[in-house]
Amino acid sequence: MAIFRPFSSSEALRSDRSAGDRQRHREKLREAIRDNIADIISEESIIGRDKDRIIKVPIRGIKEYRFVFGDNQGQVGSGKGDTQPGQVVGKAPKSGEGAGRAGDQPGLDFYETDVTLEELIEIMFEDLELPDMERKILRQVMSERIAKRKGYRKAGVRVHLDRRRTAKARIRRKIATGSAPPPAPPAANLSDNGPVARPSDDGEERFPFRREDLTYKRLVEDTREESNAVVICVMDTSGSMDSMKKYLARSFFFLLFQFVGTKYQNVELVFIGHHTQAREVTEEEFFHKGESGGTLISSGYNKALEIIYDRFHPSLWNVYAFHCSDGDNFDSDNAAAIKAAKELCEICNLFGYGEIKPLGSHYYESSMLDLFRRLEADNFQSVLIERKEDIWPSFKAFLSRDRVRTDA
Amino acid sequence: MASWDLKDLQYWDDAIRERVEEFGLDCYPQEFEVCDHGQMLGYMAYHGMPAHYPHWSFGKSYEKTKTMYDHGVTGLPYEMVINSDPCLAYLMQDNSLCLQVLTIAHVYGHNDFFRCNFTFRTGTRADQTLAQFKARADRVRDYVEDPSIGQERVERLIDAAHALSLSCRRHQAIRKLKPQEQRERQIEAAQPAPDPFARLHRRPEYAEPDFRRVPIEPEEDVLLFIRDHNRHLQAWEQDVLTIVHEEAQYFLPQIETKIMNEGWASYWHHKIMNSLDLPQELHLEFLIRHNQVVSPHPGGINPYHLGFRIWHDIERRFDDPTEAELQAYGPPNKSGREKIFEVRETDRDVSFLRRFLTEELMRELDLFEFEPRGDNLVVSKVSDPDDWREVKETLLHTVGMSAQPMIRIHDADYGNNRALYLKHEHDGRDLHIGYAERTLGYLYQLWSHRVLLETLMKGKRTLLSFGEHGFDAKLMR
Repeated sequence: MAIFRPFSSSEALRSDRSAGDRQRHREKLREAIRDNIADIISEESIIGRDKDRIIKVPIRGIKEYRFVFGDNQGQVGSGKGDTQPGQVVGKAPKSGEGAGRAGDQPGLDFYETDVTLEELIEIMFEDLELPDMERKILRQVMSERIAKRKGYRKAGVRVHLDRRRTAKARIRRKIATGSAPPPAPPAANLSDNGPVARPSDDGEERFPFRREDLTYKRLVEDTREESNAVVICVMDTSGSMDSMKKYLARSFFFLLFQFVGTKYQNVELVFIGHHTQAREVTEEEFFHKGESGGTLISSGYNKALEIIYDRFHPSLWNVYAFHCSDGDNFDSDNAAAIKAAKELCEICNLFGYGEIKPLGSHYYESSMLDLFRRLEADNFQSVLIERKEDIWPSFKAFLSRDRVRTDA
Repeated sequence: MASWDLKDLQYWDDAIRERVEEFGLDCYPQEFEVCDHGQMLGYMAYHGMPAHYPHWSFGKSYEKTKTMYDHGVTGLPYEMVINSDPCLAYLMQDNSLCLQVLTIAHVYGHNDFFRCNFTFRTGTRADQTLAQFKARADRVRDYVEDPSIGQERVERLIDAAHALSLSCRRHQAIRKLKPQEQRERQIEAAQPAPDPFARLHRRPEYAEPDFRRVPIEPEEDVLLFIRDHNRHLQAWEQDVLTIVHEEAQYFLPQIETKIMNEGWASYWHHKIMNSLDLPQELHLEFLIRHNQVVSPHPGGINPYHLGFRIWHDIERRFDDPTEAELQAYGPPNKSGREKIFEVRETDRDVSFLRRFLTEELMRELDLFEFEPRGDNLVVSKVSDPDDWREVKETLLHTVGMSAQPMIRIHDADYGNNRALYLKHEHDGRDLHIGYAERTLGYLYQLWSHRVLLETLMKGKRTLLSFGEHGFDAKLMR
């Protein structure tokens, strides 16, 4: 006779034995994510993610290492009965990860962890060393639009009843009608060790609440200054963007988008990728498609102008335009670029140019920065981004230039 | 939700036990625990042990298993039974009655295997399993809570120990020689071979064995060696190394007999279920489940499938051999049933396959060898008359501990620098250099001095090392 131990739900709830180890694993995962935040953010579409904020990021689990065999180990599989030499039976794992084999071999350590987008962004903020205050402000954008407290009112729903004020109002009214003296403060009795005497409740006349006592908390919708804004992201997609550049560009655009989001109710996003010609694209394509060829920055700007006049007329929309590139441009195009940039400055709240030059390549590659310096407009800002520590300072520099429109 | 209760389980368990006795299975006392999804995942993460030392890798294992099951998985869902006396097994609360009955029958198959197979008998003490795991868990927890040690240090040490836990002796049934015995063996080996023409030949040089060498003979138990020879280790560190080593030793028989064991349990759940008088709906579900369990995995090897087929083939060959088999092996000397009972005692996967995976069976199962070529995995050999032996050899190299590189410590004082010199016994397969780098890093952490590993990379003798300047790889002359 075998022994059967029945399921006990209280046991199940009480003891989650793996909780400690799972927690520790998540901590390590978080550390690993932080170390690799550049890679993850550069690949994830985080900017225009709308309300969908749970991202299940396929993380390569924290690897456990042992001595294992490499590529030339030879493996055996079973087939349906008619396998022939030369037949393809699967995809080889990426090089450097070892031959794919089911079980505990290298290469199959991917699995899903629900690192939420918020967590990811939190880690990114940490990584960029954003000051806490700013993080709070930006984080607010991500949370639901909550109503803010603003004083009190006499009418409302029961849920918003402020009991304390209501009680105080009743007492005030009671005193005002003169029906009972205010109770003596018990402070005088503190010196002796006897029990503190309290005014007796027995026999006191009832003084009920009245409707005029009821006080409710007043809540107002979070007002945003103006309703509509559009953020136009322009980027040079000629040649390949490596992981670091993508991370820098993406983080920068993301911060700007969040910033604009704090001020406006409804923010639209437009991505324009350009090489010698410009095209409106999705966020995916924006960061992933690389094309070869030369760069004509003016094409990007002109496309932006075209889209603005077409869909986001400045009289109705607040336009924010940002351009990221690595500084390359055909010399012959510079004049056209400046001209288009000037026009953009006139119609935008803020126009910015960020040059992404990871670590020192600034010194030997061409740069648009000098050219743009000649562009004098008080809502234009150009910055150089060499490493992620630069992102926050440049971002602040942008903010200082925002020209808030008082009309429309 | 499930529509059975405890009485149903007991009813079917009684019926199954009757069959188990009839068929002659030899089992430990059996205990079942019913648990829910969360608890089951918890048990699976800790290899089914009610008590286990804590480490983040089990948290990871939990998440990994959970993801796999969330995405659907083939094979026996949530199978968990441990090698212990009494034998503990877990049943999922949400499973259907048919699945419970199937699992129970399957578990008895495992139970018998744990009790009778020689690798388990020689390598583990089932009646002490639970107590030992608990004792080890308690000791590690004490170290974690000890203010002079703390969780971080324990974790770091276990990280490194895990990396080397399978670099150990594989043949538990062969007794390890004590140092004195090793010396005697070395002395014997140094004696010149008996030579009938000794008077004519020049006297051979007598090479005295060097007994200052540590180890005297190449050492396979890496963790134990480090524990015993690294003077910088504190007592608690030595204990943790012992614990990790002992746990790996406990699981070695399971690694070595995966195919046999799963095949055996599948063979018996199939026999038992067919002998029970199952009501029709249960029977139908059983057929579906059973087929899921033993269906071949495309592009890989399903141990349930392979084991199941081989056990059946052995039985058939001894009960009902074909003409060709009579020619090849002669008439059978026992019945099929007797033979499989014998084999389940005496073999491990490698010998099991070597002895009983025949050319015909390989062709039936359509076993092939594949390798990466460019972006794809491409078939290189199939089980035709020309290549079947090579396919078989490749398969043998991937089962049990043969899938682990054989690495031995040769010198604990290399270059008089207290550097640890190891050799990889190359068998045609190169080490994965990225993983080797990290693992050597762990070895360096444990040994506290430089570590060197001699191996072959693409046919060339290579020396990998890890020291205070990090990892290095260079060709040897």
